[in-house]
Amino acid sequence: MTNPARGRPSSPNIQIYRPQLTSVLSIVNRLTGVILSVCAVFLVVWLSAAAAGPHAYAAVQALIASWIGRIVLFACTLAFFLHLCGGIRHLVWDMGYGFELRTIYVSGWVMVAVSVVLTATAWFISLFLSVSSP
Amino acid sequence: MTRQSTRSPLARALGLGSAKSGVENWWLERLSAVALVPLTVWFVASIIAHVNSDYGTFIAWLGAPLTTVMMVLLLIALFYHTALGLQVVIEDYVHGTAKLPLLVALRLGCFALAVTGILANLRIALGR
Repeated sequence: MTNPARGRPSSPNIQIYRPQLTSVLSIVNRLTGVILSVCAVFLVVWLSAAAAGPHAYAAVQALIASWIGRIVLFACTLAFFLHLCGGIRHLVWDMGYGFELRTIYVSGWVMVAVSVVLTATAWFISLFLSVSSP
Repeated sequence: MTRQSTRSPLARALGLGSAKSGVENWWLERLSAVALVPLTVWFVASIIAHVNSDYGTFIAWLGAPLTTVMMVLLLIALFYHTALGLQVVIEDYVHGTAKLPLLVALRLGCFALAVTGILANLRIALGR
């Protein structure tokens, strides 16, 4: 990669680094942010459908209830919890805490574990509710 | 004694360097993030609670005063945060002629989406 203005190499040359938890979670935070931006657009479509009436709302709900819709929604749920937990981790850093190398790795793995558990819990409760009552 | 600037006079004159309008962006991104923590968690929990609701029940909840207030706050914070976050992504990866049109489209798009979402919810709340 070169700086287009000067023709000089630009930083960072990310492909030369071995992936580490720290760098991977940094990329994950940005990637999930971009994914959630698409989800935000869908939120407006969904709200507009709800406002338009039962037929439009049913059409959007059918799209979500389809297999592809459920897989996408599951991925978006995981993206949401990763970005939420990653964001809280960033806010703690912004307050000046948790910069020791060991703490950074611990908080990184905790953040991944909590995101996975919250995603599983959210889907478990949703599926339990949809099965338990008519 | 005055504080020594680390930037050269030429860099300052050309407006180069790290701190131009970054602090404002950084601070507002954190501010909206703090707001989004309770708002998004409330939203996800509410949606899960309504997984079995029919259209009428769902609309009654969405149009309730407290829900409407929360949804309007959510949409404002969400699209503000989205605009700031994607702005940094564009600034990092897009260079040349495409950058400015993309930044303009992003800001206008986020504004339009927030307004559309808020009006959709208000239509439900006020019985359209």
